[in-house]
Amino acid sequence: MKMTIADVENVARLARLELSPEDKELFAVQMAAILGYVEKLNELNTEGIVPTSHAVPMENAFRKDEVQPSIGLGRALANAPRKTGTFFAVPKVIE
Amino acid sequence: MKYQPVIGLEVHVQLLTNTKIFCGCSTKFGAEPNSQTCPVCLGLPGALPVLNKKVVEFAIKAGLSTNCSITPRSIFARKNYFYPDLPKGYQISQFEDPICQWGWLDIKVEGQELKRIGITRIHMEEDAGKLVHGDSEMNDGSGVDLNRACTPLLEVVSEPDLRTSDEAVIYLKQLHQIVTWLGICDGNMEEGSFRCDANVSVMPVGSDKLGTRAEIKNVNSFKFVKQAIEYEIQRQIELIEDGGTVVQETRLFDPNSGKTRSMRSKEEAHDYRYFPDPDLVPLVISDEWIERTRQELPELPEQRQQRFMAELGLPLYDAEVLTASRALADYFEAGVAAHDNAKAVANWVMGEITRALNDSGAAIEICPVSPTQLGGLLKLIDSGTISGKIAKTVFDEMWKSGKAAHIIVEEQGLVQVSDSSAIESIIDGIMAANTGQVEEYRGGKEKVFGFFVGQVMKVSKGKANPSVVNELLLNKLKG
Repeated sequence: MKMTIADVENVARLARLELSPEDKELFAVQMAAILGYVEKLNELNTEGIVPTSHAVPMENAFRKDEVQPSIGLGRALANAPRKTGTFFAVPKVIE
Repeated sequence: MKYQPVIGLEVHVQLLTNTKIFCGCSTKFGAEPNSQTCPVCLGLPGALPVLNKKVVEFAIKAGLSTNCSITPRSIFARKNYFYPDLPKGYQISQFEDPICQWGWLDIKVEGQELKRIGITRIHMEEDAGKLVHGDSEMNDGSGVDLNRACTPLLEVVSEPDLRTSDEAVIYLKQLHQIVTWLGICDGNMEEGSFRCDANVSVMPVGSDKLGTRAEIKNVNSFKFVKQAIEYEIQRQIELIEDGGTVVQETRLFDPNSGKTRSMRSKEEAHDYRYFPDPDLVPLVISDEWIERTRQELPELPEQRQQRFMAELGLPLYDAEVLTASRALADYFEAGVAAHDNAKAVANWVMGEITRALNDSGAAIEICPVSPTQLGGLLKLIDSGTISGKIAKTVFDEMWKSGKAAHIIVEEQGLVQVSDSSAIESIIDGIMAANTGQVEEYRGGKEKVFGFFVGQVMKVSKGKANPSVVNELLLNKLKG
């Protein structure tokens, strides 16, 4: 499995990570090793086998549509680095 | 060259549940920002989402009402992207195996045969939070309100089967009617309970290769959908004719200018890296569950229209108007139950009732004149007790006072006068006082007839039976 610097940069961009040129080189090698290891699975014939989406043999866990108390503004905003009024404050987002 | 537009719509339907899709926080609109939140919808580490069963029931109803197949085993997926209104860094949605697939709606374009519009899929997902900009308190930043985060949505994706902006609007209105009729969505487009994105492309007429499409966001009224699509079709045609190429992008509709513009922040190709959400177990829907839900479905607008025409003998126009909403159709039917003259009830519901509701800004659900009371009024007309003209006066009084029609008629002495001798004496008096007009009429000026009718009505305070008046007047004026 080959990982190019461009592949690493793409993943870094999606994850909003800033990497140094040295990091990119290093991660390209490491990611290639990880993917190469997982790629071993392709040696198995999986034709006709339904892909596993969940490891736990369980289904249909539901809640009733009944209102539970929310945690309150104080606790909701307790970890906010910045807030304005009762909003979480973030840098300006323009569309 | 001639171009063929191709349009597909993605509609987000906010569901009328009490609580959010994966937690018990209230979904009530208008609360103080961030007051309706908990670890699940705030995206705090370790919080576990649990599916609201009502959301599944609503999704099945929507699917059955749009001719979809219900997927026996469906799963939830994480759609990964970063945006400040998305606290977890992913939206819980459905990707592979959505709950409903392969449906359709038949739309009625005026003067054309029914046209079938495919529905690719309907899936369940959570809404994002709301961003607030431009507030002076924000110090040039933006504010995040997560009350809306985790609110249940259905996304209804159509096939690219629509060809004109009119078809798109008709499809959208029909879908809007169905979800409000089912009672699963309040349909309020201004508050964002029913929102639409339009995928638009153009291709040369006769081609079978679809052009590159642009996705237009933020078209939140039927009028804007039409405007945005028309603008975008024209923009793409002009671009191609000028030798340019359409790029796949997200564009924002600006209602003020009527134009669409590129959203540069989202220009890059999306890479959502969907994968099954391990926090939510698969959803298995049995045939029994589907059948039970099917039994619970109300009679849908289309079926009700057919019945109004076949059983009650209404014309298509009336049947369509009266099934604009379920409440209106219910009102009409209760009226018919009270007075067995469907056409008369239809005329009054579409006429006086609708006018009075519009004037007072009230909804049919809280109409001050009940269907039974309307039936009582129509009985008085059909039995000849009051005239149609007096009935309008009685109706206005019923609207104000809430009293029954026969009581108002008694109290105010409005009973129609059909007695020939009483009317004859009125006519004699009027003819004696207006000899000039009598001469004119006899001289061939038949228009004067209307003057005499008016006079008789005035003297009788509208109570004279119009057909008796006409008959007697004709005889007397002939001399």
